[in-house]
Amino acid sequence: MEHQERKKKEYQDKVKKKMPKSNTFMECVRAFLVGGLICCFGHFISDLGRLWLRLDIEDSALFTSIVLVFLAALLTGIGVYDKIGKFAGAGSIVPITGFSNSIVSPAMEFKREGYVQGVGVKLFTIAGPVLVYGISTSIVVGIITFLFFR
Amino acid sequence: MSSITDYIWVFIIGGAICVVGQILISLTRMTTARILVLFVTAGVILTGLGLYEPLVKLAGAGATVPLTGFGFVLGKGAIEGALEDGLLGAFTGGIKAAAGGIAAAIFFGYLAAVIFTPKTKK
Repeated sequence: MEHQERKKKEYQDKVKKKMPKSNTFMECVRAFLVGGLICCFGHFISDLGRLWLRLDIEDSALFTSIVLVFLAALLTGIGVYDKIGKFAGAGSIVPITGFSNSIVSPAMEFKREGYVQGVGVKLFTIAGPVLVYGISTSIVVGIITFLFFR
Repeated sequence: MSSITDYIWVFIIGGAICVVGQILISLTRMTTARILVLFVTAGVILTGLGLYEPLVKLAGAGATVPLTGFGFVLGKGAIEGALEDGLLGAFTGGIKAAAGGIAAAIFFGYLAAVIFTPKTKK
């Protein structure tokens, strides 16, 4: 029994040594910088939408999402977004551009399995759960609002 | 046009929300799918509690561009739908408000996946 315990510990130490040393602090700094920059770029697009297209605040936010989703899909297609992702970590996952990336990447990867079973299905590998939980929670919030605040 | 101060808030809040995600990834090895699901759901719930809208007013795209902002759109739509159209609005409000973003993500995502081929990994 004791022998087993010791072996287990030895193994865990070994795994720890082999694992790539991740410096959480630096990862956070990079996520902060890239995430902040993507948001600032988004804010700039929404400013343009308000100035040039005379959109109101809600429409300019939608306009921003569409532009960012488009750009991220394009950058994922040409292989640039993954490079940004290696540097930025969550800084490139959490913004809506990361959502777009999570749609394109698996769909592109599984294209050889066909346009329905491959692209069509894999588009929703991550977007599916996001929509399931996002929409379901919104309905719960809506029902609570209807029952108690109307 | 927004001022420099506006952009500083966008940067700080947007960056900070991403740091929350990074801490979760670094410490718990959470997958991308779980992070995104968590952030959308958190966005909806915070909106329901009335906590997210002030952040949007303060930081603009700093709060709407992260996926919690997608949750904000869903939650706000559901609340407005419920107030205006009752029970049916509670169902349609969220997805109605988010329809543009969802449609764009599916459409552009599909196009990009069809047009481009993944780079071979070296």
